[in-house]
Amino acid sequence: MSAAQLVGDWQALVVLFVAGVIPNQIWRMLGLWFGGGIDEGSELLVWVRAVATAILAGVIAQIVVEPPGALASVPDGLRYGAVGAGLVVFLLTRRSIFAGVVAGEAFMLAGQWWLG
Amino acid sequence: MALPPLDSPQWQSSWRAFTWGLRSITQTILTLVLFATYLGIGALAHDSHFSLVWALCSTLFVWAGPAQIILITTLGSGATVIQSAIAVTVSAIRLFPMVVSVLPLMRTPTTKRRELFFAAHLTAVTLWVECHRFLPQVPRERRIAFVNGLGFGLVSVCLTANTIGYFLAANLTRTLGAAILLLTPLSFLFSTARNCREVADVVALALGVLLYPLAAKMNSGLDILVSGLAAGTIAYGVHWWRDVRA
Repeated sequence: MSAAQLVGDWQALVVLFVAGVIPNQIWRMLGLWFGGGIDEGSELLVWVRAVATAILAGVIAQIVVEPPGALASVPDGLRYGAVGAGLVVFLLTRRSIFAGVVAGEAFMLAGQWWLG
Repeated sequence: MALPPLDSPQWQSSWRAFTWGLRSITQTILTLVLFATYLGIGALAHDSHFSLVWALCSTLFVWAGPAQIILITTLGSGATVIQSAIAVTVSAIRLFPMVVSVLPLMRTPTTKRRELFFAAHLTAVTLWVECHRFLPQVPRERRIAFVNGLGFGLVSVCLTANTIGYFLAANLTRTLGAAILLLTPLSFLFSTARNCREVADVVALALGVLLYPLAAKMNSGLDILVSGLAAGTIAYGVHWWRDVRA
């Protein structure tokens, strides 16, 4: 892999800055400047947290429903099954992230192997 | 490894405190979760046609896993810069209350705002959780150094994981490449589920997953925002309704 490939095009880095870095740092720096007077339990922040959680949930769904790259080679049912199996194990193990991830991965790999 | 007692001479230098913070990354399962997550992010960046430097810069300067996968997934699937920026901005709002609640743990009457700059930058869900766990065991005047060390260690782990994930995605068989990509949704789903404190959080997470395929059918280009706003607002409604009845 060449140095040029490792860096990629500079426009993508500008996009990263505009759509990624600024939208995050703005909130951190606001927190640093105006930290004192905000009530963490305020109703507005409860709503914001709920929307932020749901957006993240949507992205999780997007990766599984419309998968990128190599994940697209796994059949739909197997991807959904892997998430379902992981979720069941996660709940059964009193919310162990590690156990849930391992179970989901094992389900998908076993399914791929079984399907040939 | 246990941290030295509060009155130990170990805490007399800031450098020592930084090192104790750095070493504390070995004391938490969350380091392993972060490693797996950033392995997945590296692979996701590769398969969405971003460069390795791009992926590393996103980890270094964005330093928020959810924002990074939202950015990679939306840009990779053809959203405009504005659409991605809006989705990332909304996902990042949660950093505001985190910073607001974590910085007072490190502040002393003489602390200047610029001394807290790196601590504010490093604040994301993992650091936030760990600060509440570790900082009571650290003398107040050494907490900033400790947090800088802890954050430096976590960022280093994630940059390493990104690089490994990126090259694994480039070189592994399709099945193993798929397995690495699957790490991202699994680790985020379960770590978010683990952080759910009330019913509204669970509703936001579950509805957010279920509404996305519906919103995607509308093909507006704003799918993630539409499903997120709808599911989040319904979840807030549940919270409000339970409050009113209580």
